[in-house]
Amino acid sequence: MDGINSLIEGFGTALTPINLLYAFIGVLLGTAIGVLPGIGPAMTIALLLPLTFTLEPTQAFIMFAGIYYGGMYGGSTTSILLNTPGESASVVTAIEGNLMAKKGRGAAALATAAIGSFIAGTIGTLGLALLAPVIVKLAVQMGAPDYFAVMVLAFVAVTTVLGSSKVRGLASLGIGLLVGTIGIDPTSGQQRLTFGIPELADGIDVVVLAVGLFAVGEALWVAAHLRRQPLDIVRVDNAKMDREDWRRSWKPWLRGTLIGFPFGAVPAGGAEIPTFLSYATEKKLSKHPEEFGHGAIEGVAGPEATNNASAAGGLVPLLTLGIPTTATAAVMLGAFQSYGIDPGPRLLQDQAPLVWGLIASLFIGNTILLALNLPLATVWARLLRIPRPYLYAGILFFASIGAYAANSSTFDLWLLIIIGALGFFMRRYGLPVVPAIIGIILGPAAEEQLRRALQISDGELGGLVNTAFSQIVYVVIVALLVVPPIVRAVRNRRPGGGDGTPDPDRDAPVGTHAHANAEGL
Amino acid sequence: MPIVVGYIPSPAGHAALSTAIEEARRRGSRLLVVNASRGDALVDRRHSPADDWQGVQDQLGDSGVEHEVLQQVEAKDPAEQILEVAQQTNAELIVVGLRRRTPVGKLIMGSQAQQILLEADCPVLAVKAVAT
Repeated sequence: MDGINSLIEGFGTALTPINLLYAFIGVLLGTAIGVLPGIGPAMTIALLLPLTFTLEPTQAFIMFAGIYYGGMYGGSTTSILLNTPGESASVVTAIEGNLMAKKGRGAAALATAAIGSFIAGTIGTLGLALLAPVIVKLAVQMGAPDYFAVMVLAFVAVTTVLGSSKVRGLASLGIGLLVGTIGIDPTSGQQRLTFGIPELADGIDVVVLAVGLFAVGEALWVAAHLRRQPLDIVRVDNAKMDREDWRRSWKPWLRGTLIGFPFGAVPAGGAEIPTFLSYATEKKLSKHPEEFGHGAIEGVAGPEATNNASAAGGLVPLLTLGIPTTATAAVMLGAFQSYGIDPGPRLLQDQAPLVWGLIASLFIGNTILLALNLPLATVWARLLRIPRPYLYAGILFFASIGAYAANSSTFDLWLLIIIGALGFFMRRYGLPVVPAIIGIILGPAAEEQLRRALQISDGELGGLVNTAFSQIVYVVIVALLVVPPIVRAVRNRRPGGGDGTPDPDRDAPVGTHAHANAEGL
Repeated sequence: MPIVVGYIPSPAGHAALSTAIEEARRRGSRLLVVNASRGDALVDRRHSPADDWQGVQDQLGDSGVEHEVLQQVEAKDPAEQILEVAQQTNAELIVVGLRRRTPVGKLIMGSQAQQILLEADCPVLAVKAVAT
């Protein structure tokens, strides 16, 4: 009952007026950027990071968490009204949600998405509060080889699970790991990849990296595709549900929560997989399977609950092990480092007020989000009318200020341009950005654990697999790499195989999937 | 020499279209309906969605006047696009819809109709939506 007591103290922190204000700003911003496709929580947090250096870390993280949760709510609004996912986690929502809206049931779709997100977010946050202390207890016994194994799992999961091509995922991860090694080697003190440039000796600032990859890269990408036929938005009234909708929604909400939370909590890369799983489950269990493909409310309720639960689940490894599973979590990890806070199993002890205040503020943020989204979803949709040049000019402005403020040096601005160009070409050639950012931020930590493990074992590679835990993790990694291709091969051989699981590349709205993928979560 | 009508999916736009059809019938001229958008926002209220645009074409077909429709997305203000079309086709008349604007709103957002009124080389017929 540890967690509950600490949580109550956390509410004491979160309920001070100033922290409430930051939670409110966070969810407001989060919903706004969630509505806008291509702009996600990871980019927003990176842009805000330099502006929050004057704040206390607690306030900054309360705001970041609000952005993280808010993005999930906003994304569903765009999916339902426009058939374009606002966030990659809302790809599935667009399938049934937009069909519902076109049939005049948009209000019910918006309502089930918002209420489902609230319920799943609340249960998920409760799960986080209960699970975090338990995992921390286990985590303090973990040694360097175990950490390294878990980090390798995170790398492998993120690269193989996200996006359409494993080779591209690996290439992206490689870029990330390479950029992560720039600077002075912490173990030997040697300079690596600095090309004799003194500014590079400290490594590249996380703000410059994240802002360059996400904000500048995306802005250049959008600039290259500026003119597009405007999309047809479906006009709906404000969100509301009737009794029948409630009856058909509550089970998918709970099932979605059950699917989403564990997937978020293991390092398996974001909300895409569990939302597709939830969609497939609902399709199978539904009493009205014929409605799927024509706007079934279960197909909105399930995946929307799932993505919020997985957002909550994603905070578990971040706050207990210091391991990010999504792009947003990776940027938040970078933020911890910028504040000089060491994320890891000691975080919960050393920074108890921060962590529990953060968790408590998630409950509050979730409630504010429900109040903001249920009556105002159609108001949020108006943000979609902002002309892109205005929007991205603003983003580039903030990006440059942020990059400059990090070290007050013009060198960082040049770096920002170079990394932005890298981000653009990654989008151009279909390399997912998420593995790169995880590689950049987690790479140095993984290297440290690797070196430590090897130092203990005196350079013997066996030192990496000498604990039961690490062995289990490596088995899981091998399974992750080997099993899916085998399953696919077997299924292809069986005529008429397949179990109705939607294929992401086929069922997603045409031409939107690749773009939504660009940021991940 | 066609009549060019700037169409947007709004009461003012519909009023402009109806008036333009009448005018085309009276003069025996060809009608050119233009729906222009800058295409730089995800959602543009000036852009006519597929079903609305079909409705416009049905209305034109029923009216029996000789007509042509043009939906374009270009990096210019809709007013400039319409003026350009009018110039290229050597239009005899431009028909636009007007809506009530506050002076401040017009100052900040500008007015497409006003730009057409001021800059057109041919006569411009400005129509208001029928008060309901």
